[in-house]
Amino acid sequence: MPKRTDIKKILIIGAGPIIISQACEFDYSGTQACKALREEGFEIVLLNSNPATIMTDPETADRTYIEPVTPKALELIVEKERPDAVLPTLGGQTGLNTAVAVAEAGIFDKYGVEMIGATLEAIKKAEDRELFRAAMDKIGLRVPNSGIARDMDAVRRIAGEIGFPLIVRPSFTLGGTGGGVAYNPEELDNLASYGLDASMIHQVMLEESVLGWKEYELEVMRDKNDNVVIVCSIENMDPMGIHTGDSITVAPAQTLTDVEYQVMRNASIAILREIGVDTGGSNVQFAVDPKTGEMIVVEMNPRVSRSSALASKATGFPIAKIAAKLAVGYTLDEIPNDITGKTVASFEPALDYCVVKIPRWTFEKFPEAEDLLTTSMRSVGETMAIGRTFPEALQKGLRSLEIGRFGFGADGRDDVAEGDDPTDISKLEQKISRPSSGRIFHIRQALYAGMAIDTIYELTGIDPWFIFQLKRIVDFEKSVASQAGPLSHEKMKAAKRLGFSDFQLGHLTGRGEERIRDERKAACIRPVYKLVDTCAAEFEAATPYYYSTYEDENEARVTDIKKVMILGGGPNRIGQGIEFDYCCVHASFALRELGIESIMVNSNPETVSTDYDTSDKLYFEPLTHEDVLHIVETEKPDGVIVQFGGQTPLNLSIPLLASGAPIIGTHPQSIERAEDRKYFQAMLNKLGLVQPANGTARSIPEAVAAADSIGYPVIVRPSFVLGGRAMKIVYHQPELENFTRIAIAASPEHPVLIDKFLEDAIEIDVDAVSDGRQTVIGGIMEHIEAAGVHSGDSACVLPPRSLSGDEIDEIISATRAMAAELSVIGLMNVQYAIKDKKLYVLEVNPRASRTVPFVSKATGVPLAKIATKVMVGRSLAELGITKQAMPAHISVKEAVLPFDRFPDVDTLLGPEMKSTGEVMGIDFDFGRAYAKAQLGAGQHLPKSGTVFISVQDIEKKAVLPVAADFKSLGFSILATRGTHRFFADNGIESHMINKVSAGRPHVIDAIKNRELQLVINTGTGDSPRKDGYLIRRAALKFNIPYATTIAGADAMCRGIRAIKEKSLDVMSIQEY
Amino acid sequence: MKAMLALEDGKTFECRSFTGPCDTGGEVVFNTGMAGYQEILTDPSYTGQMVTMTYPLIGNYGINPDDVESDGICVSAFIMREYQEFPSNFRSTQSLGAYLKSAGVPGIDELDTRALTRHIRKAGAMRGIISTKDLDPGSLSVRAREIPAMTGRDLVSSVTSDFPYFWKNNVRMPVYSETSPLDSTIWRERGEKLSVVALDFGIKYNILRCLEAAGCEVLVVPARTSPETIKNLKPNGIFLSNGPGDPAPVTYAVETIRKLLGHAPMFGICLGIQLVGLALGAKTYKLKFGHHGVNQPVRNLSTRRVEITSQNHGFAVDMETLNQNDIEITHINLNDNTLEGFCHKKLPLFAVQYHPEACPGPHDARYLFDEFVGLMQDS
Repeated sequence: MPKRTDIKKILIIGAGPIIISQACEFDYSGTQACKALREEGFEIVLLNSNPATIMTDPETADRTYIEPVTPKALELIVEKERPDAVLPTLGGQTGLNTAVAVAEAGIFDKYGVEMIGATLEAIKKAEDRELFRAAMDKIGLRVPNSGIARDMDAVRRIAGEIGFPLIVRPSFTLGGTGGGVAYNPEELDNLASYGLDASMIHQVMLEESVLGWKEYELEVMRDKNDNVVIVCSIENMDPMGIHTGDSITVAPAQTLTDVEYQVMRNASIAILREIGVDTGGSNVQFAVDPKTGEMIVVEMNPRVSRSSALASKATGFPIAKIAAKLAVGYTLDEIPNDITGKTVASFEPALDYCVVKIPRWTFEKFPEAEDLLTTSMRSVGETMAIGRTFPEALQKGLRSLEIGRFGFGADGRDDVAEGDDPTDISKLEQKISRPSSGRIFHIRQALYAGMAIDTIYELTGIDPWFIFQLKRIVDFEKSVASQAGPLSHEKMKAAKRLGFSDFQLGHLTGRGEERIRDERKAACIRPVYKLVDTCAAEFEAATPYYYSTYEDENEARVTDIKKVMILGGGPNRIGQGIEFDYCCVHASFALRELGIESIMVNSNPETVSTDYDTSDKLYFEPLTHEDVLHIVETEKPDGVIVQFGGQTPLNLSIPLLASGAPIIGTHPQSIERAEDRKYFQAMLNKLGLVQPANGTARSIPEAVAAADSIGYPVIVRPSFVLGGRAMKIVYHQPELENFTRIAIAASPEHPVLIDKFLEDAIEIDVDAVSDGRQTVIGGIMEHIEAAGVHSGDSACVLPPRSLSGDEIDEIISATRAMAAELSVIGLMNVQYAIKDKKLYVLEVNPRASRTVPFVSKATGVPLAKIATKVMVGRSLAELGITKQAMPAHISVKEAVLPFDRFPDVDTLLGPEMKSTGEVMGIDFDFGRAYAKAQLGAGQHLPKSGTVFISVQDIEKKAVLPVAADFKSLGFSILATRGTHRFFADNGIESHMINKVSAGRPHVIDAIKNRELQLVINTGTGDSPRKDGYLIRRAALKFNIPYATTIAGADAMCRGIRAIKEKSLDVMSIQEY
Repeated sequence: MKAMLALEDGKTFECRSFTGPCDTGGEVVFNTGMAGYQEILTDPSYTGQMVTMTYPLIGNYGINPDDVESDGICVSAFIMREYQEFPSNFRSTQSLGAYLKSAGVPGIDELDTRALTRHIRKAGAMRGIISTKDLDPGSLSVRAREIPAMTGRDLVSSVTSDFPYFWKNNVRMPVYSETSPLDSTIWRERGEKLSVVALDFGIKYNILRCLEAAGCEVLVVPARTSPETIKNLKPNGIFLSNGPGDPAPVTYAVETIRKLLGHAPMFGICLGIQLVGLALGAKTYKLKFGHHGVNQPVRNLSTRRVEITSQNHGFAVDMETLNQNDIEITHINLNDNTLEGFCHKKLPLFAVQYHPEACPGPHDARYLFDEFVGLMQDS
């Protein structure tokens, strides 16, 4: 039966900002669904607060609401748009939870809106552990023994019944926030109380531990006629106890016989039927006892997920698109398989390759956090690699991670601490028994030192099959290293088939990467490209989705039309996220508009860029010099775009240029020159611009001398890193020495940069596009937080709210002058600071910036598309882009921070970027736009109540007007002794409360007792972790909105004033 | 050990034998299942064929004593991209390599199996030779062309059981006609269970397991068992098994089936549907490269639902030649619209081209065994 005709307008809920456990896979899924349903003629209304998504592009939906993904906003949109149906299964847990809240409030019933894709009942049955257990009991499947607790007494009682170790899982949270393994009553108390707080419904489940069991996932789809297919099976290399998002995973399952696999398949089908997922996809997770094969059901998600995105990329089967079509009444056998073009979607993909997904962590951003993997997800991104052998896929994956590695070790980059004996078995045993971000490399060391497969299995729970595969790589490495002279043809071929990079072989043989490459090419050993086709070559594939391997037949279909290759950004990490993927996708769209073939290269399975129909061709490959060069040699593109994918492709631009790749747009040397201090300074001098006093240093004494001449405070950072990695404001010499050491380590080949820190300056971000003759400003953004907070973490507003006309003119002409001087062709981002009416240039980056999507959404001007067209030779005049767009509305961007994932980390903002994502608030005045951005970021601004204020002495004066404003809004003020006195002296009434160190009841008691509605607490973060730190953590834990800067507090106050005057409403971007 | 595969059209593939010296021929086919290699190896329907697994890593979970579909390896050679010498599974008792070696069947890897698969897809299944002894492409191709063609060969004779046997509790219990005459007294559970005679054209054990689980007492009889003998057994139902190769030359079986039509409810699988099709006057033909895998979508025309099925056949019944007055088409393949199942409008008879017993593959079509039981109970 074809699609439903009784529904015309469908509301889709997006996932909101990128957070840990909910990343751009939901943009990928949501965009696919929007496209699929629009193709079917449905009118699509979209709610999503994340501006950096393709989903929120004005072309993706008919009505796009960039509003907070909250029940209230959803309700307002429903009321306004009156959709026939809402599809809640595409926006991750956030989308699902929001829909559930609105459904339970009766709003959907009130307006006659049907939930499609998953009913409220099905969602509850899958999500509520008690209902889920009952459902599984009914169909004869076992779930771990468990109990539900709503208070600590129940926790202790149930733990007594189950026994230790046990898993604590809070209900209704993301990625297992607050969950963990408790080995003893003490740990249980900690975990369970945190879990109760983290749970939306104040409930935790205590669960029998199946630590060490093997973990599997099946991606299942079911249609209304009860046709069911398994799209993909996934085997986690890491056993139960490590969140699947933090596990290295492999598709298809490797160590299951057909008999065992079919038991799992039958179970997953029975689960979908019993839960009642009638039209859509689900992810079902199983644990299997490696010794007996006993199988239990871990959980199921009745929606698209991170795993479904991975499964889609791993198989070529577009789960979200199909799920959307099933939701509107199609059946699997009515939907064509796009990849073959001839067969239908009611089949199960057959893979003829091995897929490995490896998580990308950013523990380096949170030095206080313990690098330990548990049932609560910590990774911020992932990379996927495809190979014809497991070692090949694994090594490709590891060199895609952007952690400076070139494969499974053998690259001279092993992190062996000084004085550490790499062959010390007991130390190695300790290291590998503890799951951490670097464990895979520790296992290599253990294998290298001769540790037995069985021992490693006992210590890690990783199936011996995988350990044997790792051992093959290590054994081969040893055989190469022990050999003198060039590698034989056979040996070289074998190495490439095991996934070794030229760099590794160059390192092992001492011959260097280039020589290996030359010798290899002389031996005619080059990769071939094979297709991901869903059917293991049984049918001809229509879609060119490639991966490389070393075999005989090359399937790349090289055309002789004009073509441009786009290098993507690799795995998401803090500092380089979805914003860059957005730019790459836009580049591809622009090329399509111009009739130029687009070739995408990327290794990130979560993204829209790696959807098989985003570009004309997709190469799912690591973004390394070697791998990219092979594609360039195969495809011979007319141009290669490196300026959109963030730092990853930029790092490749000079080597690629040297290898003859036709890089288009701003010359890579210009990009590099902008990073070069001396050149930069000379350029500013020439143009009559100034920068804060600065210097460079390659050693600690040099750093001390530089700082002395500049004057403290200074900002110290390494060059050539994105996202403020290892960047810090230092106030005195010991701190400087300490930090310079870290900065040198972060980027040893480049000097450390030392700048004067401009205290209390206003920071400004500018995005512009230039065609080499003319430069047009895309947008000028004023940061809310003062200079010193990384631009990625700072909220900002467009248009600027406190700059004078003269200042804006000065910014524009400075930007134009620099674009001309750097011969920018494409995008450029400049960061300025204004202090005492004086304009300083902080940084120029002639490439796409993180703010490009935000600016594009705020102004309606698709900057990345324009830049792409400019790069292939169009002029801005031809494109009709001659002047800056001046929107009438106000757009605020707010950063979203992952502190809830890192229990020991201070929530203060600083020059090192820590945010994972962003939200946007749009309205006609600043306060309202800011309030929307705060809501979108999860800060529920109170309209009344008590504000707690505690600030450092130097900021006391600055906080006075803010305090006065809060008073005028009817808030009462609670302050610690010093601040309280200062307020009293200045005529502001406040109540005093003890600091934590000053005895009880103190401020944290007040937070816990919900006596506070807002916390304003600033600090340098350098003082030993006492009051400030504890207060900020408590506010976070108890979900009390907080500001850690005076500027942020002031903006919050304006937001509160705005929403008190008139409650927030919603408006689509098409209406602005 | 270095080896070479040469096809009859002259195409060659360098590869490696991981089971020592070999020199063997057969028809090269590919199977797209990602697991289930032990079942595939032991499926008698693969007799005379060299099976290429499209999934590159084979041997991962080793070999166990249980997942067998006959009493030995049936393929002539087993081809893959990368043999996994180190198995890991709680049921594994030996490696795939050791298993193949003990049966003298070549295990071949380090071959660009995707290139081979694509070649077969385009050019059709064809004969080939794999050798470690002769690595000359020219002479190997000539020898490949000398291998008897699949079409026109009766392979059933070489795989059918030499003696009748009962299948009980996963064990074959031979029946000695000297002591137990083949008549209706032979059934030990008559009345409690339905008496089924299964004609063995190369039957897979899991069909027997499924029939047993559905409540049947199953007597397996050799392919050349006469229709009179079968009638004398007075079975409640007659099962026509799967088997290797071309159905057309298996004329004795077609004759037997024709004489048994209507005698008792009849259920055929795979070669069984082809033989009963021929008995009903239809024609069969060779598919270009056959269906070998576990992901074939089949539409049940009465429920309109789709079953994901396990398949293994190189020949098929020509739908056009079925007598539409008597025959109702019940299942079709959604990939290529070939015939997947029919029933007789007047006689208690139905058959499917795919494998509801799976092993390997999905269990979506297991209901057919219950339908057979239902048909017998109704008669």
